[in-house]
Amino acid sequence: MEKRVVFRHKLLPFVLVLPQLVITAVFFLWPASQALYQSLLIEDAFGLSREFVWFENFENLYNDPLYFASFRTTAVFSISVASLSLGMALVLAVMADRVIKGTNIYRTFLIWPYAVAPAIVGVLWLFMFNPSIGLIAFWLKQTGYNWNHVLNGDQAMVLIVFAAAWKQISYNFLFFLAGLQSIPKSLIEAAAIDGAGPSRRFWTIIFPLLSPTTFFLVVVNIVYAFFDTFGIIHATTHGGPGKATETLVYKVFSDGFVSLDLGGSAAQSVILMFIVISLTVVQFRYIERRVHY
Amino acid sequence: MMLRKTALAAGVFAAALTGASAAYAQTEIQWWHAMGGRLGEILQGQVDQFNASQKDYKVVATNKGNYSETLNAGVAAFRAKQQPHLLQVYEVGTASMMAAKGAIKPVYEVMNEGGFPFDPKNYLSAVTGYYSTLDGKMLSFPYNSSTPVMYVNKDLFKKAGIDTMTLPKTWEQVGAALDKLKAAGVECPMTVSWQSWTQLENLSAYHNQPFATKSNGMEGMDAQLTFNGPVQVKHIANLGKWAKEGKFIYGGRRNEAAARFRSGECGMMFESSAGYAGVKKEAKFEFAISNLPYYADVEGAPFNTIIGGASVWVMQGHSKEAYKGVAQFLNFLAKPEMQAYWHQNTGYLPITPAAYELTKKEGFYDKNPGTDIAIIQMTGKAPTNNSKGLRLGSFDQIRTIIDEELEGVWSGEKTAKVALDNAVARGNELLRRFERANK
Repeated sequence: MEKRVVFRHKLLPFVLVLPQLVITAVFFLWPASQALYQSLLIEDAFGLSREFVWFENFENLYNDPLYFASFRTTAVFSISVASLSLGMALVLAVMADRVIKGTNIYRTFLIWPYAVAPAIVGVLWLFMFNPSIGLIAFWLKQTGYNWNHVLNGDQAMVLIVFAAAWKQISYNFLFFLAGLQSIPKSLIEAAAIDGAGPSRRFWTIIFPLLSPTTFFLVVVNIVYAFFDTFGIIHATTHGGPGKATETLVYKVFSDGFVSLDLGGSAAQSVILMFIVISLTVVQFRYIERRVHY
Repeated sequence: MMLRKTALAAGVFAAALTGASAAYAQTEIQWWHAMGGRLGEILQGQVDQFNASQKDYKVVATNKGNYSETLNAGVAAFRAKQQPHLLQVYEVGTASMMAAKGAIKPVYEVMNEGGFPFDPKNYLSAVTGYYSTLDGKMLSFPYNSSTPVMYVNKDLFKKAGIDTMTLPKTWEQVGAALDKLKAAGVECPMTVSWQSWTQLENLSAYHNQPFATKSNGMEGMDAQLTFNGPVQVKHIANLGKWAKEGKFIYGGRRNEAAARFRSGECGMMFESSAGYAGVKKEAKFEFAISNLPYYADVEGAPFNTIIGGASVWVMQGHSKEAYKGVAQFLNFLAKPEMQAYWHQNTGYLPITPAAYELTKKEGFYDKNPGTDIAIIQMTGKAPTNNSKGLRLGSFDQIRTIIDEELEGVWSGEKTAKVALDNAVARGNELLRRFERANK
């Protein structure tokens, strides 16, 4: 039977959650409602004339084939970033978990990239892959491969995926390592005695026991790829060439802050908000069931 | 504790700087600008000189980031009723500012009220025209203006056996030079900065072709884009062909190409006249500056080129006293010595004929050959309706569309005609939306 603690005090619980409620109201509910309202308006930049147009901003987006292309770009980008950074981090964490000498040095080096600001990450990778002065672009050319992400959309996508994933590997690594260390050694040793090889031990014991961590990281990484990679794209490709690397968030920025089309940009933000809400619901309702805590 | 001490020290220091004038009731004039680095220092130099020259007003200049960040800061401040007196806005934001009639105060009005009757004759119309009404009344004060020119790497030209005494004047001659450069093994025969500005907007003006109807939008917000005409298509097709043959190397949407030219890799570059300082500083080769090439078969070509850069707008909602100070400050900036100082140090154009004459008299152009090309190119002919400038809404976004479509041509995915038709159609949609939002 479940034990329930009952508070008799009526006011205290409200007072205790009040700070959190205020923060949610000020930093989420208020701006979100502003965005909702703004998305129904066509307005000039200075707010001197405004017209209430109901859902016309959304209709325009619906009729814009380029907006749907941006969805595809975002999906390709997010899935690539999440799988690459999770995969690499898991491999590195498993290896680092086995290291006996110099553990701290390895770990420090692996965690380091997380401290670098997104825009700097972008510039760093841009320097290495710059078609005219980049070192890696130069090596690629030596091997006969023509690297020119300024004109080749697929190469531009690869570049921002690498840059975005590289930065996130450290974060994922930390969580995977902590997860690995919390798996009881006795389980693994028992399996070893029973004759299970390293790969079988990994797939039948370690990986399932890591699933809560993996699930958490999948959610965090998708959200990261959706929203936090703006700085990297802005610093490296500006969404180009063509529209090859224009993700949804980047489009919100360029429409809202560069072209000052506030209504259209707000409509896109609202759509993004619903995407994230539904993604999170799906993840927690359906994928979480497969997670062993 | 440490922090408080530092703050105190800073306060004392600031007081010492302004202390002498603290006794007067000074009116502060806020100026938000987008000039960073060396340009910011030169701007601050002008402000300091103005502040030292009189005691009634104090101009406070604040850098608000790059152009779009500065415009955004101004817009947000206006909505919060905290706007500065002066706001620097890049040329593509001109239509947005003009449409915001309740937010801005035209410069000619401010000048008249401040006792400095505005006379368009004292200004270079090729520069001020971009920011004036059709009957020549200045709406915003042109602060930094430049125009595209051709930069040539003479060492590479010599290597390819091209005569450097007569540089290519027409695009046909450019084509011939490119053949020779390519044959001599030059990896980057030609490159381009700010492609929409240098290869479409200025190409159109230089050949008297409309970029948009209604005098490129100067006569009304219902303008339609028309840069898919025969001359533009022919030029973009040429560039596309050269890109395919490895003669035109695309560097990027902004001025990435300039770094490549400065490193000595490229034979020719089309870039802003304000790129001069950088080339002069870094180039380890002999270079020359020349006029933009033209197509000889276009009647009357070449006409004049148009400017890029930024102007300073006066914002509404301040006291009469403050506007007097603003007028005084703008008048100060327009003085020949101030303009000559700015022009010679930055490569931007002077806005008055007097400043041009002064610079000439000082022998600056003789010592720095090529620095007068831009101004000659701009003032060579009286501007036509197609070469006064552009005034189109959402133009920053339209430029991005042009970038995207041109990239399709350079990579060989699209023909010039298809790309320009696309860009016109997509751009027109934005113009209609802008027209509606700014009724």
